[in-house]
Amino acid sequence: MPSEPSDLVADHVLEFPGGYTRTTGPVIGRFLTELRERRLVGVRTAQGRVLVPPLEYDPGTGEPVTGEYAEVGPAGTVRTWAWVAEPRPGHPLDRPFAWALIRLDGADTDLVHAVDAGEVKAMRPGLRVRPRWRDARTGHITDIEAFVPEVTMMAAPVRLHYRLRPGQALTRFLEGVRDGRFIGCRCGACGKVYVPYRTSCPECGTPVSEEVELPGTGTVTTFAINNLPDPRAPEVPFVSAYILLDGADTPMIALVGGVPAHEVRQGMRVRAVWVPEEERTLSMTNIKWFAPTGEPDVEL
Amino acid sequence: MGNRCAVVGVGQTKYQTKRQDVSIAGLVREAALRALEDAGLTFGDIDAVVIGKAPDLFEGVMMPEAYLADALGAAGKPMMRVHTAGSVGGSTALVGASLIQAGVHDRVLVVAFEKQSESNATWALSTHPPFNASLVVGAGGYFAPHIREYIRRTGAPGHIGTLVAVKDRLNALKNPYAHLKIPGIDRAMVESTPMLWEPIRYLETCPSSDGACAMVLSSEAKVSGTPAWVHGAAMRSEAMSRAGRDTVSPQAGKDCAADVYRQAGIADPRRDLDVAEVYVPFSWYEPMWLENLGFAAEGEGWKLTESGATALDGDIPWNASGGVLSSNPIGASGLIRFAEAALQVRGMAGEHQVDGARRALGHAYGGGAQFFAMWIVGSDKP
Repeated sequence: MPSEPSDLVADHVLEFPGGYTRTTGPVIGRFLTELRERRLVGVRTAQGRVLVPPLEYDPGTGEPVTGEYAEVGPAGTVRTWAWVAEPRPGHPLDRPFAWALIRLDGADTDLVHAVDAGEVKAMRPGLRVRPRWRDARTGHITDIEAFVPEVTMMAAPVRLHYRLRPGQALTRFLEGVRDGRFIGCRCGACGKVYVPYRTSCPECGTPVSEEVELPGTGTVTTFAINNLPDPRAPEVPFVSAYILLDGADTPMIALVGGVPAHEVRQGMRVRAVWVPEEERTLSMTNIKWFAPTGEPDVEL
Repeated sequence: MGNRCAVVGVGQTKYQTKRQDVSIAGLVREAALRALEDAGLTFGDIDAVVIGKAPDLFEGVMMPEAYLADALGAAGKPMMRVHTAGSVGGSTALVGASLIQAGVHDRVLVVAFEKQSESNATWALSTHPPFNASLVVGAGGYFAPHIREYIRRTGAPGHIGTLVAVKDRLNALKNPYAHLKIPGIDRAMVESTPMLWEPIRYLETCPSSDGACAMVLSSEAKVSGTPAWVHGAAMRSEAMSRAGRDTVSPQAGKDCAADVYRQAGIADPRRDLDVAEVYVPFSWYEPMWLENLGFAAEGEGWKLTESGATALDGDIPWNASGGVLSSNPIGASGLIRFAEAALQVRGMAGEHQVDGARRALGHAYGGGAQFFAMWIVGSDKP
């Protein structure tokens, strides 16, 4: 049985040995010679326009250009561009880039070249670019490897490394939390009960010394349902609530769990849920969250 | 209250998400040069410079007053930095005014800025130091529970926040400097946006903006151009952690308002003022501050909003400029409120001018609503 014609495939390469040559003529030759010296020049037409790259004639009128060369660039402005998401073997860059029409400063025409902008969203009409020259130049348009955006932003890394101590008051509170207890204090002057434990009263400034242990139960006074993820919350949405522990005069902010977010209510009774004893440290993470007790809501 | 003080120049940048065309120094200079131009003055006429911005972590620039001194023409002059969190723009104006009122200087340049695009404010406000687990995520996460409590206490219907979100953005369409321009914004559009920190929706929050604002303040002897006279100036703060603190209507806000009204001879702010620029970063803070500032009785603020009284054509327009809900370069947001109040009584607010405005309130709050700064400016000499 004869083969299908489509099964017959063979490669066939046409490549002139050593490559074709291109005689530049005086005008383009001047451009490429200057390029080899890392300079960009255009030629002036009789009307005074500067053509870049230069031609031997004014493409608008067909008249010869003047013999006057003008240095342009090296910076220029992207007029329009096309993004190449998947570069091919013959392309000037092996990563995504833009083909752009670049109006070099001082020129009246646009030069086509590659812009190495990193990502497509960096490209826009009006983008200012400059050439990135190759070290080894031969007098060819590829002496410019690509144009790159001008510098408009720089990284300014700042890193502050602290060694923090919780201090006397917070340490006392965290010792309680390690043991599954909430330690607060009562101000001897105004009688207010604060939790976490502290050493002075923020209301009247009096040093406080009386420790008070509070139960793990309290009331949700108000709360937010957070729909933005946070590494400290198990899921989204999560509820961060003001919880007034029974006997305290100031609320604590804590996670509410064990109940769907939209079933949390102001006035809801809750109880602290602790992580297993063997996992506890001197840290607030000992409190997994507060969960509903099932008692009736409190009138606020 | 000391010597008389007047605003003689106001300068603002366009507020937008990213000002990638200017450095921080270029940004503050843009506002400062516009304020000087408005006043018909140059840096050479200025005796001292006061600069304000919110936390250094926002741009990672420590001591911006040192970095920006020569950019603001302060070489050889007194230069200081103010920081009271979100209220800092207001506090900056008041520190500048106090230098005039005290007779220390004749002309003070006050400048405030934020270039939020250099980092991320929610990151900077949620640094999570060890040993405590506050679980507060950014400003919205902090304020949402207090808004919820306001709604519970007053029984305000859910659409009140939506009304403010629409009203302020409609006003912003008339302000060439405003950041958010949302033609056709309406309740349905706001309600279609997701809850970020319930009960706060996306379009009920302020944007993140780059921008700067500046004012030239002058003594009576050196007044030039069209002045806005300072009739009252007050700052208050309160302890965040004290027992019994009312986070819905903080005492410091009430005390600050009472002080500034007393100085300006205001008995009834709704009747005696013509316009107010009040720091409302989340839409529900309009009815909350209407009560805190005495424009409405306790529990009644939302009714004033619902009635349209605070709209541009209402009897007491709030945030004719579009407010913080439309432009929020945080450190500058308070100063913008103070500057917009001055523009109104100078008759220079352009398309969002309230006709015949003679007395205006500028207001700012910051931190966990524990810092307050307010001034009242008027077209007449006090």
